[in-house]
Amino acid sequence: MLETNYFVVLAGLLFAIGAVTALTRRNAIMMFMAIELMLNAANLALVAFARQWQQLDGQLFVFFVMTVAASEVAVGLALIVSIFKSRSSTDVDDLHSMKG
Amino acid sequence: MNELLLVLPPLIFALGGVVLLMVDLAIPRERKSLTAGMAAVVSAAAALCAILQWGLAGSGFQGMISVDGVALALDALVGVIGVMTIGLSLRYNALRGILRGEFFVLMLFSLSGMALIGHAANLLTIFLAIELLSIPLYVLSGIARPRLDSEESAMKYFLLGAFASGFLVFGMALVYGATGQLSLTGIARTLITSTSVPLLVVGAALMLVGLGFKVAAAPFHMWTPDVYQGAPTTVTAFMSTATKAAGFVALLRVFGVALGDLANVWQPAFAALSALTMMIGNLGALTQINLKRMLAYSSIAHAGYLLMGLAAGGVSGVRGVVFYLPAYAAASLAAFAAMTAAHNGEEDQSISAYAGLSRTRPGWALVMAVAMLSLLGIPPTAGFVGKYMLFQSAIDVGLVPLAVIGVLTSVVSGYYYLRVIVTMYFEAPPEGVAVTKGNRLSLHWVTGAIAAAASIVLGILPAPLINAVTAGVTSIR
Amino acid sequence: MQAEFIVFLAVALVAIGAAIGMALSRHALYAAMFLVLNFACVAVMYLLLNAPFLAVAQVTVYTGAIMVLFVFVIMLLGAEKLPAQETRPEMRWQRPLAIGLGAFLLLQVGLALALPGMRAAPEPIDASPLAIGMKLFTTYLFPFEVASVLLLAAMVGAVTLTRKD
Repeated sequence: MLETNYFVVLAGLLFAIGAVTALTRRNAIMMFMAIELMLNAANLALVAFARQWQQLDGQLFVFFVMTVAASEVAVGLALIVSIFKSRSSTDVDDLHSMKG
Repeated sequence: MNELLLVLPPLIFALGGVVLLMVDLAIPRERKSLTAGMAAVVSAAAALCAILQWGLAGSGFQGMISVDGVALALDALVGVIGVMTIGLSLRYNALRGILRGEFFVLMLFSLSGMALIGHAANLLTIFLAIELLSIPLYVLSGIARPRLDSEESAMKYFLLGAFASGFLVFGMALVYGATGQLSLTGIARTLITSTSVPLLVVGAALMLVGLGFKVAAAPFHMWTPDVYQGAPTTVTAFMSTATKAAGFVALLRVFGVALGDLANVWQPAFAALSALTMMIGNLGALTQINLKRMLAYSSIAHAGYLLMGLAAGGVSGVRGVVFYLPAYAAASLAAFAAMTAAHNGEEDQSISAYAGLSRTRPGWALVMAVAMLSLLGIPPTAGFVGKYMLFQSAIDVGLVPLAVIGVLTSVVSGYYYLRVIVTMYFEAPPEGVAVTKGNRLSLHWVTGAIAAAASIVLGILPAPLINAVTAGVTSIR
Repeated sequence: MQAEFIVFLAVALVAIGAAIGMALSRHALYAAMFLVLNFACVAVMYLLLNAPFLAVAQVTVYTGAIMVLFVFVIMLLGAEKLPAQETRPEMRWQRPLAIGLGAFLLLQVGLALALPGMRAAPEPIDASPLAIGMKLFTTYLFPFEVASVLLLAAMVGAVTLTRKD
């Protein structure tokens, strides 16, 4: 059997890549995809720990994270479509009607 | 069936939302104030239910939920905030063309998430409650589309909120890995024997980042001014009061209940965050010429004062937090009420637009003045009592430098709060503004006046609320 | 053991490569495809971790539903091409923040490597769909109900944001 640590390290790497991408890319769709990667990394860590502790609870947590991710995608993509219709842009830095 | 009684207030919000969603279909477009009225009734019923259940304690649903004094206090607080926000929404939303049934349905769903946070006894329940709070709020911020400021506000709030959720889940995963437990009491039990303390600390830090975004604590506050400014003002009022309360109760449950034995590790972090948040919030507010942005920075600053109570910990610190939440909510609601009332139609957010308000709208100028004094913390307002409790709790545990920073930043905040009062009372009104003799007795005015009155009443007679809060805090489970 | 490790290593490298590919991609559709590849790799990891139900859910929900929606929106909006120079002056402060954050997270990965007590290889437990379902509708009944309200709220929200009035 493979050690739990291998999976946790992989999850940590994927999370770091996702977090850095979300901060450096300025396109709403790209940021959003990076956030999905972060959630996915968290899921991987949860499943790895669930096996470590010989429990199902970690796996069930993942099931709910998937539900939440689906609701976030529904609302987030609706927002992107709505904003694109009025702006023709998904670049976050184009959102600067507000200053201060 | 008995178990449902333990989550009755959040349940009333959620069921009310579902029923209202269907009832709203039968209500014609011009009669949406009826939907608003029903939502207010639901919200008031949940608050009343929480008050009637006062003293109830227990846990249920296989340890997924629990109820204690703080949970019921949060239920009552968000219920009252819900009613007040609806009171403000009728006029403002009609003027902005967003008096839609979905507005109130989504608000009830968001309220159910907020109320559920206090009842959560498991990391999973906390996570779901936070998402149930956030997702309707993202939509509410953008509900004034196709207005660009509203859409942009929603987009920023959504992206940063989802980003924060990522941190929260990863942190929860690591805490689960370190303890093998998801329930808060289970984590507290295994904390002492855990062999992977580093994993636990990193997990706690990531959760703090996630929740720090939700309560707008520096350095995770960057989204706040833009989101608050762009969202419809009624939504901003709701966000800055109810969301903040729910976020702090979430911090309390995760760090106080589950990770309480790790306090020597996270309390210094809270103290540092508190100092940074107080400074950034108050200094940021100094240079604002836009009233809504100023109130956003003020809301960041108040997150700093509240964090001080958590950094101090113990009954006195937590009691200060739970007392300050309604005190801040009352002042903040009064300020936003005056802001939405001072102009008809298109609101002008610049502070100079409120010049001479004492002559054009004397009633609203008074409400705004009371709000500013309470936010500043001048006796005899609720803000003073709350700040006193928070600073005292910090001094009691030896965090004197933190309390000093709190006092100094409060003095600084006097500049921008008093500037609003000076502008309203000592500057001439802009040309062509009609002088109204006295305020017409509207629902909007009553709501604002109640919020302002609450700020004063809680300042003069704080004892009953303090006693209730103390009882609630000692019953945390 | 050996064979399992080789599978893990190969899939892990593909997963990391796909994540980096997504991060650097200048074309939103390519980025989405890299992400699909990454999600598929994670599904393989779930199989290695004794989570067959989640592996299937991962493919159907993430790869099948969520990413299809992403690709649909990207193509609907015609937003495939991303501008080459994305970072603007006023957002420069995010670069150092991102680097600092990345360093912190890598530190935490190193920490996980050095952890004791996580090296044991426990006996697998019953993680069949039946076992998951039983637990979902007993212990996790309340969160399940909350999730249903959440999905309803998200649906109402999505319609509110896109409906013409």
